[in-house]
Amino acid sequence: MADKSRNLSIAKRGLMSFETIMWVFTRLSALGMYALVIFGLIGALVMGARNNMNFADVMRWGFMPNVTHVENTALPDTAPWSSTLWKLTASALVLIAVGHGVHGLVVIADDYIATAKGRQIVRICSGVMILSMLGIGLYLIWTS
Amino acid sequence: MGLNRNVSLMTALRYKGQGPFLTYILHRIGGLGMAIFITVHLLASFVGGKGGHFINAIYENWAFQIFIFFCVLFHAINGLRITILDLFPKLIPYHRQAITLEWLVFLSIYGFAVFTIIRTGLGG
Ligand code: HEM
Repeated sequence: MADKSRNLSIAKRGLMSFETIMWVFTRLSALGMYALVIFGLIGALVMGARNNMNFADVMRWGFMPNVTHVENTALPDTAPWSSTLWKLTASALVLIAVGHGVHGLVVIADDYIATAKGRQIVRICSGVMILSMLGIGLYLIWTS
Repeated sequence: MGLNRNVSLMTALRYKGQGPFLTYILHRIGGLGMAIFITVHLLASFVGGKGGHFINAIYENWAFQIFIFFCVLFHAINGLRITILDLFPKLIPYHRQAITLEWLVFLSIYGFAVFTIIRTGLGG
């Protein structure tokens, strides 16, 4: 029945094509982003978020632990929030999120663009987007 | 090449799609919403100046925050459900129960986020 073919383990399905590898990457990067977000949230609580920030501020920091995201809160001192640890965490998030997000955009585009030429253009655009977003993202994190 | 879909969103939701199809559409809207938002937000912060501040001021508005929090929280919570079911395919027969659970988790976290955003937006 329909369920049977779906129940194959990843090992049995094989990791042959770029698409399959990216399929796995999308799932693993999702877990990676969860790990980094949870790390950011725990860090925020340790650094005193509970008394100085509201829930939305804490979530914003969790999804991107960059000091500019906590500048408008009641924190007495934002210095610990701009330490190298958080810049590295934010950089890891940018790396993973850009790969995951841009590949996701390619998946969506492929649903509507079916010609070989069109898909090639989408791939070139996605390469340009990955490089420019990584460059800008990392620059902003390390200079803020 | 299967590019002609003669079925509208509403028909798809009423017919076979239902709950799982709704999560698929909302996941796509959330992912696309975040990708567009993050791209423009990064560019605005990079360019700075009047234009950059104008765009980031829109993002700081509470109405926009309600939209982007929907995108982020729905995509992240639904994405975790997809990941768990895909990595443990034995759970797939229970995907409808998983979706019900997912909505309960989403609504409580998102509801709380909207409540704080509106309360802060109204100056409380
Ligand atoms: C904790 C955070 C996240 C989780 C758990 C997550 C999870 C997922 C999963 C599992 C998929 C695959 C869906 C499928 O194949 O049906 C996906 C697709 C996608 N994600 Fe994410 N994601 C997260 C963050 C992000 C971010 C930050 C972006 C944007 C920069 C993003 C953009 C996308 C896009 C555009 C797709 C393609 C959607 C589609 O094919 O309809 N995601 N995500």
